[in-house]
Amino acid sequence: MELAPVFDWLYNQLSALGLGDTLNNLISLIVVSVIVFGFLCLVALFLVWWERKISAHVQQRFGPMMTGWHGALQTVADAVKLLQKEDITPAIADRNVFFWAPVVCFTCAFAAYVVIPFGDGLIVSDLNIGILYIIAITTFTIISLLMAGWGSNNKYALLGGMRSAAQGVSYEVPLVLSILGVVMVTGSMSMNDIVRAQSGWGGFHWNVFFQPLGFLIYVTAATAETNRTPFDIPEAEQELVAGYNVEYSGMKFAMFFLAEFINMFTVSAITVTVFLGGWNGPFLPSWVWFLGKTLFMVFIMMLFRWTYPRLRVDQLMEFSWKVLLPLAFLNIVYVGVFAKWLNW
Amino acid sequence: MAEQLRTEEMMVNMGPQHPSTHGVCRLILTIDGEVINDCVPVIGYLHRAIEKICENRTYAQCIPLMDRFEYVTAMSCNWVFALAAEKLSDIEIPERAEYLRVIMAELNRMASHLLCIGVTSMDIGALTPFLYTFREREMILDLFEMTCGQRLTYNYIRVGGVSRDIPPEFVPMCRQFLDIIDAKVDDYERVLTENPIWIARNKGIGIIPEQMVYDYAISGPSARASGVNFDIRKHDTYSIYDRFDFEVPVFYGCDSYDRYRARIAEVRQSARIVRQALDGLPDGPVRAKVSMNFKTKPGEVYTRIENSRGEMGINLISDGSRKPFRVRARGGSYNHLMALPDIVRGTKIADLVAIFASLDIIMPEIDR
Repeated sequence: MELAPVFDWLYNQLSALGLGDTLNNLISLIVVSVIVFGFLCLVALFLVWWERKISAHVQQRFGPMMTGWHGALQTVADAVKLLQKEDITPAIADRNVFFWAPVVCFTCAFAAYVVIPFGDGLIVSDLNIGILYIIAITTFTIISLLMAGWGSNNKYALLGGMRSAAQGVSYEVPLVLSILGVVMVTGSMSMNDIVRAQSGWGGFHWNVFFQPLGFLIYVTAATAETNRTPFDIPEAEQELVAGYNVEYSGMKFAMFFLAEFINMFTVSAITVTVFLGGWNGPFLPSWVWFLGKTLFMVFIMMLFRWTYPRLRVDQLMEFSWKVLLPLAFLNIVYVGVFAKWLNW
Repeated sequence: MAEQLRTEEMMVNMGPQHPSTHGVCRLILTIDGEVINDCVPVIGYLHRAIEKICENRTYAQCIPLMDRFEYVTAMSCNWVFALAAEKLSDIEIPERAEYLRVIMAELNRMASHLLCIGVTSMDIGALTPFLYTFREREMILDLFEMTCGQRLTYNYIRVGGVSRDIPPEFVPMCRQFLDIIDAKVDDYERVLTENPIWIARNKGIGIIPEQMVYDYAISGPSARASGVNFDIRKHDTYSIYDRFDFEVPVFYGCDSYDRYRARIAEVRQSARIVRQALDGLPDGPVRAKVSMNFKTKPGEVYTRIENSRGEMGINLISDGSRKPFRVRARGGSYNHLMALPDIVRGTKIADLVAIFASLDIIMPEIDR
């Protein structure tokens, strides 16, 4: 199950074949990427189905029931259908920007998984700047949405792209500041170090117990980062029809759609890693703990969507700059003071 | 620096195909970023010439056309036309028919308000209350289906009474519905009324000052949310509404939030009326003896009733023949739509959607 040993094992096997060093590295990297990619596609397909089921049960419906057990194969069928669709590029669109936007979006969502620790040792690469890398790479998603909005050459799409840029930039600040508290306490930006620092108390020495405020700020800002209700103004279908992806169809649309769900899984995974003890936990294997906690956070975010109305764009900005940001600073001061006094 | 940057307004066509224009309404918006500088409604995409077709039909044939006039509350449309024809020809309505008309119209008002509350919440992004209100609306539609076989265009209230008597299981099922509706409305209120996001999105948004109500002849719950105590059921009583004990909920906030609360309160009041009507329902015939091709006296009448969207009226001119000489229908939505530009100027696009929904504008009533 461990990816780093898989990588080493592959590397050794390939070395025995007498290929060059560069080629060895390349092949091993591709194999590991394919494993992660396959896992993520499965996750995204599962989450789409799960969201439909949760929304259905919240709304006293059944949701998909016909394809497979309780509609379990519904998203597979949908994906296959989208693959068969004609790929339409509007005549007035900027062809290059239009083409690359979903690619950038999906790649960024995918690239974040380099440093996410799925279990004890189950990490592709433990970068010493792991959390910084994730924040940097997920921010690229905003650029892709802006590209989609601009490249479509459609007024609704442009409005959606602009909204997502404004929202992404505003919520990035409290998001980073809320993580800063944990980095201060841990003294490291490596994801593995952050998880190990929470392994005390029989696996329950979680940061959320020490920094509940930081946790709440992160979850709120992360919901906004992933464009989920109540912060889903970039794709508010009642106002902008579909927002930035209004001109996209077929597999390009599916890439945006799947990227959104992968992003949701990413921010939940970061929440778990940074605040909820990562893969720490008694009795069960580490990856079960990690997946269980992450899916629980995803479940919470889905419940948000099916419970709350949507904020307006100016209220959203106000909330970020006037409420979340001061609270995030307060959290840093609080963490600094207590870390110094109590030697956490 | 700001002078060197050139910014310009953007024209956006909202509709005719747009998820939240409730039909085929087209709004030409002039927007500056997110702020609406101007809004020009374009109507007529749903024009079916109902009034003109009526001139070539007998009075009995006009009733099903009236269903299409405003299909969300088709009972009221049937009723207002029947009232006009009856007024011109001095037909006595049996007692039981009057009660059935009140029951059906009030049930239909509840269904319409439930639709509006659900759609408003959906337009503001809360998708779940929409399904909840439709769950209760479904029960009302089942009652209608059991009575006249139709769920949307009933053709039930005819000149001289109603088309047929209710089936025996109607009364117990209706009572069962009335028993749960109050608790269900409490449920909606728990999800929406106290929700801080709902309040932020609705309170102080879409202000209709009292003067604007008079200027644009806004009526119905939208007027009563602006402090205008006017309900045709009370103040220009028709049928047997004077026999029932109910209140006219009036709110003074003038905003979307109070329009929503007015509708919630009216659902409760309608339930009260239906309960009283079921208690007092007499036996007897449900239809006066009216020939199929009856003639009216020559003359002109205007009848109006309180619909869920405001005053609904029919101006009927007859030359004494079997067919109306001229029919002119009036619905509340037209006035609401014409007031929309004044209400939304200076607000955000997201507010426009919320205001449009809170005014409960539906297009067939406007285009006819």
